[in-house]
Amino acid sequence: MINISEVFETNKMIEQENLDVRTITMGINLLDCSNTDLKATCSTISSKIRRLASRLVSVGDEISHEFAIPIVNKRISVTPLSLVGCNCCHTPDDYVEIALTLDNIASEIGVNFIGGYSAIVSKGMTHSDELLIRSIPQALAATSRVCSSVNVGSTRAGINMDAVRLMGEIIKQTAHLTADTDSIGCAKLVVFCNAPDDNPFMAGAFHGVSEADAIINVGVSGPGVVKHVLQQTPDADFELLCETIKKTAFKITRVGQLVAQEASRRLGVPFGIIDLSLAPTPAIGDSVADILRCIGVEQAGAPGTTAALALLNDQVKKGGVMAGSYVGGLSGAFIPVSEDQGMIRAVEAGALTIEKLEAMTCVCSVGLDMIAVPGTTTASTIAGIIADEAAIGMVNQKTTAVRIIPVEGKTVGEGVEFGGLLGYAPIMPVNTFSCQRFISRQGRIPAPIHSFKN
Amino acid sequence: MTKAIITVVGRDTVGIIARVCTHLANDHINILDISQTIVQGYFNMMMIVDMDSCSKTFGSVADELAHLGDEIGVQVKCQLEDIFDKMHRI
Repeated sequence: MINISEVFETNKMIEQENLDVRTITMGINLLDCSNTDLKATCSTISSKIRRLASRLVSVGDEISHEFAIPIVNKRISVTPLSLVGCNCCHTPDDYVEIALTLDNIASEIGVNFIGGYSAIVSKGMTHSDELLIRSIPQALAATSRVCSSVNVGSTRAGINMDAVRLMGEIIKQTAHLTADTDSIGCAKLVVFCNAPDDNPFMAGAFHGVSEADAIINVGVSGPGVVKHVLQQTPDADFELLCETIKKTAFKITRVGQLVAQEASRRLGVPFGIIDLSLAPTPAIGDSVADILRCIGVEQAGAPGTTAALALLNDQVKKGGVMAGSYVGGLSGAFIPVSEDQGMIRAVEAGALTIEKLEAMTCVCSVGLDMIAVPGTTTASTIAGIIADEAAIGMVNQKTTAVRIIPVEGKTVGEGVEFGGLLGYAPIMPVNTFSCQRFISRQGRIPAPIHSFKN
Repeated sequence: MTKAIITVVGRDTVGIIARVCTHLANDHINILDISQTIVQGYFNMMMIVDMDSCSKTFGSVADELAHLGDEIGVQVKCQLEDIFDKMHRI
């Protein structure tokens, strides 16, 4: 039988160490909503989402209340829209109509984000994919809850450099169209390599074509809990350090598994996966960078950071995999800058650069995330950063992503306040040497060889 | 059996257990186990209860207990047992 110390340990995690379930995300297939008429497509999309997800928020709140565990977000991901709108969208403006439909239904249901305004173009772009991509700046400027993602590469297909170049321009246009809100549109746009079909986390969530008609995916969190237990054993050797992280990850993930199964049962929608993530928030103490400091680096970004992060990421997976019946999504430690107080502090102290963050993305999920850069950063430089990150994902057979915000009108030394979970970002300097000639080349980078690994 | 864990945390005072137990009895909630400690004047109690005979929804029982805690001046939480079981048992 459960004893009093176990009960108070769990409640302390929740009340004092920011343990929460970060998101219950319902994935919904919209392929059957495709129609040659735009209005009919929009109407069918609304009806299907309403039918499946109308109880998502209330059921999430009910579970949260009964277990006394915060469930921070309830969200929806849908089939990449370039596959749904291919029959009825003939201009980028047509796609914006679908974005507005998604925004309205998300608002009606009460979810804070809906993901899947997406295109998968790792090898090539269809006409529909290109129309959707070109509509992204307008769609993100005209909506508040729609999240967009574009997959530009994969280990099996290589990197579509035409899409990479285009995304550099699209990010700049998105920054421009949302300039009055510190280019916040870019915070809702992710460029992926090896994007997973079942990611519950925004802004990159979409419901892949390999998925069932509807599914419940859950993202867990808990950096504050890991930090707290590591503080109890400051001089532990690596064996004890790893065991401690692993056991804590197990406990955190079990809560996610419970919530996922309950949500699945109460909504009558199959359980998909648990995303084993340490997802930080701007709350004090809920920081992956603080865990790295507990492990022993003075600031995130100091020499040793990549090794400490690799260790952390691996132990989270080892503990989490045992705790969850199905694991998927992005699964690992997230290192967004604006959403993590410790990362912000490290940038402001001069300890953390984009180049070090890039190195860190080699060993954790997911990529260069929520990084604000000067508004003068060119489209080709942004494309170069995307290409570098995609290359890391392609070669290492892992998901990588770029969510970068060239904040119009701002430069190094200033910051942007996005508010809420998106947090505060100091503007980081970018290497200003040109990659224009590289990015201007047409075509794609071939898939890497899968042997002779060095 | 719908098992729940009720925790009571706060400054120790006369009649905390009596008032919580009376409230539970009125709702036909059966107490299966009670553990209690006092640390530095702070009262920590945990009860394992069976709610099968209770006609109210779980949410309203939890809300009423939280409200009772406010009256006594302690924090009372009611949670389904599964969250503890899942976290601490393989």
